[in-house]
Amino acid sequence: MGYSVYDIIGPVMVGPSSSHTAGAARIGKMALNILGKTPVMATVLLHGSFAATFKGHGTDRALVGGILGMDPDDLRIKNALEIAAEQGVMVRISAADLGDAHPNLAKIILQAEDGERVEILGASTGGGKIVLLEIDSFPLQLSGEYPALVCIYSDQPGMVAKVSSILAKHGINIAFMRVARRAEDRMALMVVETDQPIPREAASKIQAFTDFYKVKIIPPVV
Amino acid sequence: MAFQTIQDLVALAQNQECAIWQIVMETEEKERGIPGDELLREMARRWQVMLESIESTGVQPSMGGLVGGDAARVARIVDEAVIGRVPAKVIARALAAAETNAAMGRIVAAPTAGSCGILPAVLSVVAEETGAGTTEVAHALLTAAGVGMVIAKNASISGADGGCQAECGAAAAMAAAAAAELLAGDPVIVAHAAALALKNLLGLVCDPVAGLVEVPCVKRNAFAAVHALTAAQMAVAGVQSVIPPDEVIWAMHRIGKALPEELRETGRGGLAVTPTGKKLAAKIHDAVDQA
Repeated sequence: MGYSVYDIIGPVMVGPSSSHTAGAARIGKMALNILGKTPVMATVLLHGSFAATFKGHGTDRALVGGILGMDPDDLRIKNALEIAAEQGVMVRISAADLGDAHPNLAKIILQAEDGERVEILGASTGGGKIVLLEIDSFPLQLSGEYPALVCIYSDQPGMVAKVSSILAKHGINIAFMRVARRAEDRMALMVVETDQPIPREAASKIQAFTDFYKVKIIPPVV
Repeated sequence: MAFQTIQDLVALAQNQECAIWQIVMETEEKERGIPGDELLREMARRWQVMLESIESTGVQPSMGGLVGGDAARVARIVDEAVIGRVPAKVIARALAAAETNAAMGRIVAAPTAGSCGILPAVLSVVAEETGAGTTEVAHALLTAAGVGMVIAKNASISGADGGCQAECGAAAAMAAAAAAELLAGDPVIVAHAAALALKNLLGLVCDPVAGLVEVPCVKRNAFAAVHALTAAQMAVAGVQSVIPPDEVIWAMHRIGKALPEELRETGRGGLAVTPTGKKLAAKIHDAVDQA
């Protein structure tokens, strides 16, 4: 992949730390993008170095700022906790042991007014870059650098073909694709990262197929 | 990447009889599809953020409460500073950006947030001294980016991987290269400026008190900025690094690997575990538990 000019002279961000603040804000925004609507409840679990230094690095404010839709350069991040309260978003933040996938790890559980719920596990890998490691306990690797489509469906032949044919019809080129399964209920998760933004009607056509339970377009955050 | 090393950058620039920034611009266009004029416009935009971040007035106290106000102290004495007006301005501006960063203000990571004061401090002062406009500054930022891209690819720009030499050291090399770009523009001089700056920060440990980007990070930005200015001045005068730039980067990479984990951003070594360092860390963490 390599580094671009924008990785070296950038990102433009609110300090103090590329990984503990800018990366955290991006993880929060990814969670919001995956929920796809405004949350009313946010549980944030901080692990490892995130847990040890979150006050000094403003990691809690950055995560919540992202959950409220703020980008890493948004000066409101410093007051994100107050802003969440003002907007009626109930926030609970605590430390937790989330395994040893990465020292800078956070789990975010968001709930919307209509009851929809999403749970993500994200790591901040340095320089403001992130990787999503889990969505609703499905393992995956999502960098947030490309437009992405996430589908949850019951595992059976032909599902990948259905998705890729619709994307092809809309002239969408697939950059990365991953399929993961959840053992306990034979549900599968497909993550497709694309070179072009994914139009709404492509997602709704896929949603219309039987046995597709969740189809979400996730805009890039980097 | 069209260039893997500093030597590649110099050779490509010499063959095309152009500056290093033009090689970097062409590479971004070819490999990432970013047109040259768009890249320069974005550099100009990020430069404005850098200029705001080096303002020393009205900087808030830091999140951990350990730093704040030093930029203003130095800015007040710039005109009668024995070290000289130019270096004193570089110190004040580097402190200002690093203090802004520590207070959750807006900065440009270059290459990281922890080292965000070095490039803007050096480049803004040299631009003022040479009368360089935003376009030339944007060119110099691309030269700095080229140096940073090589260091990131062949060594590291992360304190957790390679110590402060990888953050403030890399930033100093980038700043020295950018300054040399404005002062001389010759690819060989730019390369030596980067080598001289990095060479003398080898081994710099990352030992942050309480694991925060405050002590000693803010003041290290100021020292590394003046350091970068020194390297650029020597290179422009014709002083060359005996050890070629890419070998200095190679040495930094190996030193980073040799540094124990205690000295790579874990807050478990160096200044972080001095009696005062531990006392401050305990106070900050207590504040956390009561919150």
